[in-house]
Amino acid sequence: MRTSRAAQVAAFGAVVVAAQLAASGAGKAFFLTQLTMSAYYTLAVLGLSLLMGYAGQISLGQAGFFAIGGYTSALLTTLDLSSRRGHPAVAALVRLHLATPRPDLFGGQVLGLSPWLACLAAVVLGAAVAVALGVPVLRLRGHYLAMATLAFGTIVSSIAVGTQALGAADGISGVPPFELVPGLRVGGGSADRVPNYYLAWGLVALAMLLLLNLIHSRTGRALAAIHGAEDAARAMGVDAGALKLRTFVLAAVTATVSGVLLTHYNGGIGPSEAGVMKSVRYVAIVAVGGMGSLWGTLTASAVLNFLSLRGYFGAYDDAVFGGILVAVMLFFPDGILAADLRALLSRVAPRRAPGEET
Amino acid sequence: MTLELLLQYLVAGLTYGSIYAVVAIGFNIIYNATGIINFAQGEFVMLGGMIAVSLSRAVPLPLAVAGAVAATAAVGALVEVAFVRWLKRPGVLRLIVITIGVAILLREGALAAWGEGVRSLPYFTGDEVSAISLAGARVSPQVLWVLGTTALIVAFLSFFFGHTMVGWEMRACASNREAAALCGIPTRNLVTLSFVLSAAIGALAGCVVSPITYTSYAIGGPLAIKGFTVAILGGLGNSGGAVAAGLVLGVLESLSVSLLPTAYKDVVTLTILLAILVVRPSGLFGSREASRLRDFG
Repeated sequence: MRTSRAAQVAAFGAVVVAAQLAASGAGKAFFLTQLTMSAYYTLAVLGLSLLMGYAGQISLGQAGFFAIGGYTSALLTTLDLSSRRGHPAVAALVRLHLATPRPDLFGGQVLGLSPWLACLAAVVLGAAVAVALGVPVLRLRGHYLAMATLAFGTIVSSIAVGTQALGAADGISGVPPFELVPGLRVGGGSADRVPNYYLAWGLVALAMLLLLNLIHSRTGRALAAIHGAEDAARAMGVDAGALKLRTFVLAAVTATVSGVLLTHYNGGIGPSEAGVMKSVRYVAIVAVGGMGSLWGTLTASAVLNFLSLRGYFGAYDDAVFGGILVAVMLFFPDGILAADLRALLSRVAPRRAPGEET
Repeated sequence: MTLELLLQYLVAGLTYGSIYAVVAIGFNIIYNATGIINFAQGEFVMLGGMIAVSLSRAVPLPLAVAGAVAATAAVGALVEVAFVRWLKRPGVLRLIVITIGVAILLREGALAAWGEGVRSLPYFTGDEVSAISLAGARVSPQVLWVLGTTALIVAFLSFFFGHTMVGWEMRACASNREAAALCGIPTRNLVTLSFVLSAAIGALAGCVVSPITYTSYAIGGPLAIKGFTVAILGGLGNSGGAVAAGLVLGVLESLSVSLLPTAYKDVVTLTILLAILVVRPSGLFGSREASRLRDFG
């Protein structure tokens, strides 16, 4: 099992390298920008895949967590502290290199908070909101859970659109790059294009490894039990409430981190990232990839996000995702990409497909 | 706040609230018949308004409204036949996702057909400046149309479910589908009828409210969430509760505008939804047992 997992990740790595070489070789290096963005969206989708496919809990609020990450980081890193340089707290931040001066667009100097600090704040906030929301809401099932998470997503989106400090309809721009280590920064400059591409997909590979380990562990089997029959799982001594909450928080944190990174990569964030359509899009991608198939979800996310970001769907972008969602759920409730594997499995060990009677 | 102003907010709240109530009743009709929450419910209201606006350019207003209601009812039937009827024992998660997808398709279809513009029907009587004075507050006659239509819808449904054969059959179908089928009730057709009914009342509400609130392709989503809030608040499946809850929510929302920025209006509603879901999922007006019975209120 372990070797096959490593082999899968290695094969994935080979595909990532091949895609980069093909794009650069064909003189279409700009494709790498959209592929990098796809990678960050994929992070958020993988978290949702764990929650929906393995724990069997729907969330229509994933974009809300993405936006919490993006907006928190954007807000904190675009703050200019230079006028408050004398304040002891600001002085302490400067001494700890958590606030550093950088030139702004107009040639002046701004004193901005470190993206590391902003990222940490975003993750803490995202996790805290996930716990606060998850504790009460995860007791709900089916359409109650769907509506509750939808309501959460809509609240975040309304706040993003309605708050001047968050840029209202324009969002926040001018977000500085995120320097991870000297020489490697998450940012949109064309010189950084290839390193950023590998960084983003490297993070996806890392997330995949962690998630694959998780679902093949004791915890993963407990999650599958909850998905199959929650009451039976409880009777077997699975602490369903705690596990669902942990999965929900994990999914939220992956979305928060991806929001932080994509915001630094794009140099800004707008309210459309918080919109309910984005959450629905994540759900659609998980549905295409197959509930309970992380590799399927990864593939679907890379392809669909890339096509959408390149503008192949034109004005019908949202309609395409709506249509995909309906078609997949009508004809392939277990996902298109996972269908063959499932058929094989059911021949070996017949069982009821997940997604039914949940 | 002066008494007149308070009254003004109250009237505005009741107007919006009665639309939320109609959306909630639409949820209830389908929920009772199938156990599905139809996330495309708000789109029926949108379609009603949009179709009526287009028709009103060619035919007199009453005909345009009737045509819009009929067309939307047909869309409701189509949605059920195409997306729900032939599924074999679908899970809740699957149905939720399907109706969300249908909502997006209807919305994007409306965007393609009518564009992003905001439209409205003419006022049914008088125009935008005509007003009736009510204890010092100025009330548009259209508000009376909205309240009256809501009352009519509720009265019609209570007669339909209480005193007609088809209504009884739908209730039988709601309380036990297998048993109803064994009694020779065509349960499948009644499920289609439930979509037709809730699409029709949604469309009618969309028409009467259009002169006041305007209509655009995107109004369905927020309406669905608010209608659902109201349906839960009133006890899922309980239409009497839905009316009371709708009016309460409309007034609360309207009063919140006087305290908070307008952009946060939805936040107030949704916070109420989350609070209700957490504290009392059976609703303010429903008992746990009643919501489990899934009968029509």
